Amino acid sequence: MSNLTQSTGRTQIQKPQFFRAFYGLFLRDLRVLSRELAPFVLRVGMQPLLFLFVFTFIMPRMSGGNPMAAGAGPAFGTVLLPGLMAVAIMFSGIAGVALPLSTEFGITREIDDRVMCPVPVWAVALEKVCFSAVQSIISALIVIPMAILIPAKPVYPDFHNWALLILVLVMSSLLAGAMGLAIGSTVNPKQIGLVFSIVVVPITFLGCVYYPWSGLSKIHWLQIAVLFNPIVYISEGLRAAVTPSVEHMPIWAILLALTIFLVVLGRFGVRGFLKRVIS
Amino acid sequence: MTDTIVQIQALTKIFEGKQRVTALDGIDLEVRQGEIFGLLGPNGAGKTTTIGICTTRTLPSSGNVKIAGIDVVGHPAQARRLIGVVPQFNTLDRSLTIFENLYFHCRYFGFSHSLSKTRSEELLEQFLLAERAKAYPAQLSGGLAQRVQIARAIAHRPTVLFLDEPSAGLDPQSRIAMWTAVQGLRKEGITVVLTTHYMEEADELSDRVAVVDHGKLLALGTPQALKDTYGAQTVIHLKLRNLGGSEAVAEEMRQLPGVQNAELTGEGLRVFAANVDGLLPAIIQTSARLGLRDISITEPSLETVFIHLTGRDLRE
Repeated sequence: MSNLTQSTGRTQIQKPQFFRAFYGLFLRDLRVLSRELAPFVLRVGMQPLLFLFVFTFIMPRMSGGNPMAAGAGPAFGTVLLPGLMAVAIMFSGIAGVALPLSTEFGITREIDDRVMCPVPVWAVALEKVCFSAVQSIISALIVIPMAILIPAKPVYPDFHNWALLILVLVMSSLLAGAMGLAIGSTVNPKQIGLVFSIVVVPITFLGCVYYPWSGLSKIHWLQIAVLFNPIVYISEGLRAAVTPSVEHMPIWAILLALTIFLVVLGRFGVRGFLKRVIS
Repeated sequence: MTDTIVQIQALTKIFEGKQRVTALDGIDLEVRQGEIFGLLGPNGAGKTTTIGICTTRTLPSSGNVKIAGIDVVGHPAQARRLIGVVPQFNTLDRSLTIFENLYFHCRYFGFSHSLSKTRSEELLEQFLLAERAKAYPAQLSGGLAQRVQIARAIAHRPTVLFLDEPSAGLDPQSRIAMWTAVQGLRKEGITVVLTTHYMEEADELSDRVAVVDHGKLLALGTPQALKDTYGAQTVIHLKLRNLGGSEAVAEEMRQLPGVQNAELTGEGLRVFAANVDGLLPAIIQTSARLGLRDISITEPSLETVFIHLTGRDLRE
């Protein structure tokens, strides 16, 4: 086989080669996930389950003397549903990308064989983000039946704008994956636990998950500060798509912010990934 | 068209950082189709960096590498289809079984489901791994894991296979099995580039050897040519019953064609020769007068060449 025929043959099959390799990587992740299906469901379901149970089932049944119970009133379920979906998306993104990457980059260097795929290295990172996005979407959807079944007063999501729901779900899930990539490829594997405590937990708690952003109007400095938190736009976006009756940010602002964070974190994550695998 | 598979030209690599390290300082090499090529050098000589650049994992500071005419920096994804890599450490996918490690590797390279399955089964047979198909990498010994890595590296039928320190940490049996596997690849027409600091391995396996140190190429040739060029000599030890007159015999030996030197030892003589072919009868005949009771021959080794070229200093 001469060099000439090799190279012409190569340009012809280059495109399918890219998608086939990408598909192969996706299948590999699917196989690994299929082995851990039960732990996966438990991992993504436990937190929203307990949250809904405590705040929308137990609390409303408590006597009026409990100061917490007033805050967690019957409408709280409606505020909580999109927030819990946002948390589920976020945690899936971190658990789906950052945690596996920290071991694969660690002592075993298991990522090597995938990096040696006949595709540009950024495509390997992109596949990780896309696969985690699928997990995030499943995690978010698992929350919906729980919100209908668990609260004392059932919460019925109002799916009147399907296009917006799909758009926000997909963008948020990709954003969560990009954040996982950024964390997984820049943080020292030994410190990944610490990152959970000092980054992931604070941005979740301050991500307008348990209250709408407009509710912060009396704490103005915080209302401005949280605008730098990507979770806010995931929560608000889902609020606009799932429970439009609750006050939320304008849709254009949400979509714009999601796009900006996706581009910034995506770039940062891919760059970190390339730095980790190419010296 | 030439039969050069790997072409390395004026390759340099400087790692910037707190300490500026020049890992490669202008290396030129050509690896030919079908040969087993050994890259020999002490720790830190630049072997792994060279392999890293050839396999698209490290970017050169200057110079270039072409694999079958394809520039590895310009077209890394295309180059990767032509190369297989067995890294220094076990990088098998711990979440997948042995079979799946091979199967998904094929999928990454665009093989269909049935083709990937057939190829993986074929490799399991070829590398005597069929019984361990369902095991996970963590359950394998170092030697077995190394075989799986070689099987995985050649699964997509690369043109050239790079092995980085393939026998590091293997027991002698596994090392011999690995050598057999590598020699078997030649029959499939796969060109092999391996790095090692085991002289025996380079000597046994390689058609040609390059000795590198401090990022520079010091010598290049067949193991035999290197031994001949760099003064590695065959040593013939003669034990004699009668030591009286051995100096006269030594002088006679020195006159023999091919003998470079002869010296007295407590028990007899030590003769240094470039080549023993045809020399032995003459040596025996000459020394028989003093009652030759034992003769032993030490063949030249790459070790002497290596130490001659790279010195005796300890490396990090």
